[in-house]
Amino acid sequence: MALTVVSQIFPREMIPAVLPLIEDKLQHSKEIIRRKAVLALYKFHLIAPNQVQHIHIKFRKALCDRDVGVMAASLHIYFRMIKENSSGYKDLTGSFVTILKQVVGGKLPVDFNYHSVPAPWLQIQLLRILGLLGKDDQRTSELMYDVLDESLRRAELNHNVTYAILFECVHTVYSIYPKSELLEKAAKCIGRFVLSPKINLKYLGLKALTYVIQQDPTLALQHQMTIIECLDHPDPIIKRETLELLYRITNAQNITVIVQKMLEYLQQSKEEYIIVNLVGKIAELAEKYAPDNAWFIQTMNAVFSVGGDVMHPDIPNNFLRLLAEGFDDETENQQLRLYAVQSYLTLLDAENVFYPQKFLQVMSWVLGEYSYLLDEETPEEVITKLYKLLMNDSVSSETKAWLLAAVTKLTPQAHSSNIVERLIQEFTVSLDTCMRQHAFELKHLRENVELMKSLLPVDKSCEDMVVDASLSFLDGFVAEELSQGAAPYKPHHQRQEEKLSQEKVLNFEPYGLSFSSSGFTGRQSPAGISLGSDISGNSAETGLKETNSLKLEGIKKLWGKEGYLPKKEGKTGDETEVPPVPQESIIMENVDQTIIKKDQSQVLTQSKEEKEKQLLASSLFVGLGTESTINLLGKADTVSHKFRRKSKVKETKSGETTSAQNMPCSYFSSSSDVTYEDDYYLDTLQDRGDKELNKFSLNSELLDSESLTELPSVEKLSSCTLSTPSLFTDDMEGLHSPSSTAASVANEISLATSLLEETSEHMHSDLVEVCNNETISVSSYKIWKDDCLLVVWSVSNKSGLELKSADLEISSAENFKITEQPGCCLPVIETESIKTFQYSVQMEKPFTEGNLFGFINYQMMDTHSVQLEFSVNLSLLDFIRPLKISTENFGKLWLSFANDVKQNVKMSESQAALPSALKTLQQKLRLHVVEIIGNEGLLACQLLPSIPCLLHFRVHGDVLALWFRSSCSTLPDYLLYQCQKVVEGS
Amino acid sequence: MIKFFLMVNKQGQTRLSKYYEHVEINKRTLLETEVIRSCLSRSNEQCSFIEFKDFKLIYRQYAALFIVVGVNDTENEMAIYGFIHNFVEVLDEYFSRVSELDIMFNLNKVHIILDEMVLNGCIVQTNRARILAPLLILDKMSES
Repeated sequence: MALTVVSQIFPREMIPAVLPLIEDKLQHSKEIIRRKAVLALYKFHLIAPNQVQHIHIKFRKALCDRDVGVMAASLHIYFRMIKENSSGYKDLTGSFVTILKQVVGGKLPVDFNYHSVPAPWLQIQLLRILGLLGKDDQRTSELMYDVLDESLRRAELNHNVTYAILFECVHTVYSIYPKSELLEKAAKCIGRFVLSPKINLKYLGLKALTYVIQQDPTLALQHQMTIIECLDHPDPIIKRETLELLYRITNAQNITVIVQKMLEYLQQSKEEYIIVNLVGKIAELAEKYAPDNAWFIQTMNAVFSVGGDVMHPDIPNNFLRLLAEGFDDETENQQLRLYAVQSYLTLLDAENVFYPQKFLQVMSWVLGEYSYLLDEETPEEVITKLYKLLMNDSVSSETKAWLLAAVTKLTPQAHSSNIVERLIQEFTVSLDTCMRQHAFELKHLRENVELMKSLLPVDKSCEDMVVDASLSFLDGFVAEELSQGAAPYKPHHQRQEEKLSQEKVLNFEPYGLSFSSSGFTGRQSPAGISLGSDISGNSAETGLKETNSLKLEGIKKLWGKEGYLPKKEGKTGDETEVPPVPQESIIMENVDQTIIKKDQSQVLTQSKEEKEKQLLASSLFVGLGTESTINLLGKADTVSHKFRRKSKVKETKSGETTSAQNMPCSYFSSSSDVTYEDDYYLDTLQDRGDKELNKFSLNSELLDSESLTELPSVEKLSSCTLSTPSLFTDDMEGLHSPSSTAASVANEISLATSLLEETSEHMHSDLVEVCNNETISVSSYKIWKDDCLLVVWSVSNKSGLELKSADLEISSAENFKITEQPGCCLPVIETESIKTFQYSVQMEKPFTEGNLFGFINYQMMDTHSVQLEFSVNLSLLDFIRPLKISTENFGKLWLSFANDVKQNVKMSESQAALPSALKTLQQKLRLHVVEIIGNEGLLACQLLPSIPCLLHFRVHGDVLALWFRSSCSTLPDYLLYQCQKVVEGS
Repeated sequence: MIKFFLMVNKQGQTRLSKYYEHVEINKRTLLETEVIRSCLSRSNEQCSFIEFKDFKLIYRQYAALFIVVGVNDTENEMAIYGFIHNFVEVLDEYFSRVSELDIMFNLNKVHIILDEMVLNGCIVQTNRARILAPLLILDKMSES
């Protein structure tokens, strides 16, 4: 009984605890217990296949059990495993065939018979397994022919269950490597089914025919008449099955009849699921086999008007692409389009007919693009019709946007345009921001006819647009704002991390207070001057770099700093003309919700650290912002106040510029659709801001800025920006407190310098003080080298005395392997100097987090020795490195790894899209993106020294399905945990 | 694979329901009513299989009681059809001429029988004697 419960409800976590007990039970003397044990194992296999891998051999034993029940139970496991990987179990074919032979031959105990049929369900299960095994495999199939023949022959009794067996036999016969005799027999069976007066058998026969027909369409010919009868059958289920059958045998000759039948059925059915399904099929067939244009357009019209808004969005998209891209023959294309336009106009002429929104959208697009093909009707008339639709209340606002876009496209072709003017008047006061925006665009365009003509050419919808995704035109703007002292925009994740690091930084305050500002500003001012030249030079340069890393094709600068906005690529990719509108007008009219929200959240998250940031900015731009230079040192507070206001202005502006990009996109789809794109652009914008900031700060440290700009990956960038500002925030504290010693500043700066030298080569973490006393302070940071994790402890002597026999020791921990780097033991630490100790750390076995303890010994002036203890926290992520492999290798590795973990993770709203989720994973977990296919992605990483782990993930709405595989059994679990944290946390 | 097993009477009252795939409780009632409606609307001449959303229903009527099984489309409908009958035969043997009342008042036993026959959506036992063996042992224990 307990075993039954186990196989019904059982948490996956408890498997290891119970597994040995159940394994014991496999040897139990009672049949029922062995059987239940096997079933419990089946359950385990279902929920966590990797945890029962080692007992596959026991399954084999169960298969050969002397009792039929146990053997039958093990079949379920095999069915599942063979379904996943049929090639691995080919050697068992013989056993299955023998078993089936015995069953069919009636060798089983009599009580297994059901209505004198020997164990029918067992037979069915076996047949299914054989079907899977024999698929496309001649050798394996040959083994089965005899037994299949036997089954077909034996199952002659007139009983429901025998029909089921026959059906399964037929299915198997047709799925394995074909043998003509068997096929013949199976075909005969199907014939019997189809012709049977029993309705259930008829259904079964039709279903079997559907399977068979793909291989042997002639069989359908034999049963032509029956199929036709079934088509008019009173039972809708039979009808449906027949249609399914017809769908499989459709070709260019019979398409019209079949589609007509399908449409008839479609009009009768009410259930949404059926409609969606059927509409998809019709559209597919129509695209594949359409005999002529008129028919195609009419069919699609019917599809759109019936399918309406429930159908799959691919259908209208495909249809439009087909229209736009056309076929090889140009005149054919023109005819098709012309016919489409004509038919839509007639449809629109009909009064009081309601069309689904999607259909109206398709219509408006086609009319907008191709109504120039019409001879008799002028654009004005088309516009009038569209206008009528626009005024209709039943039309949704999304559709209205489509309609208005069509009007905009038609306007340049029209000669007089009273209606357009009326339309503009009406919609510039519309409550819907999107509509109002379109109306304003139209208005501005009308004022500049030349521009409009060049922007909205006739029949150019297929030409690819050149898009400046890097937003390099904004560089000037950004640089200008920065030069006025505005805080650089930071991406969301960075803000969060800074917020975290902020908490750490706060602990520093007493330490930071001991700085003076005197030496500091001295250092700053030359840097400030060099900055001036940098800004102008860099913005373009960085823009280009960004472009490269984005790897978008055909990017070039379209609009410079003149204040014009670029054209943006719409999602459909076939309509990308967007009118540039002066920025001012956008500022006036853009009240985009998302942007406002963004601004608010930004202001909120920033408010805490803003002060420091602004101080940072102000000190960085000494000598640039003319108004702020003078009072910078004296009244830090007022300055920061001033800057706060300013940076807000900047933020709103950047928000507006982004919403300007948003606008062109919403030209095609509602604005909510593009929020993600928005985010993305914002991010690039921010990245650039960061980059510049980075440069400045490095400059100010008199470091070679070249080394940093050459760092290619975004990853490195973000981590660098993380560290540099936080270093500086320390320095900034100095501004507040004039009462500190110059020495410590020098100390701090030299420390920073040494640190940054490392940075130029590798990523590293913040400098964190781990312990200190009055004479000595120990800080540590991590450097993520490619081959190891380097933990560096810098010991700085704050006192004026020499320290002798200083020794830093790290106690060994169970999970780590620690190697000392050369030059670690120091006999003497001179006065006010810094020494660094480096240790490379390797992970012995995976874990989530661990602490590394150590202590430092030193002697002062030959007196007593002092010991200080400290610890550093290391997480798994410190040991994860990207694994750069090709998709091909990924596939190979994937198959070779046994340990896998699957999990669905809900993503937070802000990143419910593949690219952003990917970006987070890439940046935070240091995973290497191998390939992205549709909404699936492949990532790879390795745990140092060299344990690879592969991740496959797929996005469904806001759920991220993660699937890890690795050669190490525990690593996937830990990584999954980290992923969850990252994905859900931000 | 079997997704759910339902026993419903003609009035639409569910007598027994068992799910082999997770379905939320409040969605279950909704699903059940829909399933019953589509089963009741069919006549004797129509076939016992219904395509319902993305899965299939196989139903069989015994007097006033409907037994409905939902399966995914890899399952052999006829096999399930036969299986329902097998299940009823087992009930018949145990209760000797089973009626709706037997099922109502011995729901736990019906559940035990069903659990013996179907596990995780698979048909695991169809041998009548073996299905009833554990139940008979239990009965003996409760008697003594």
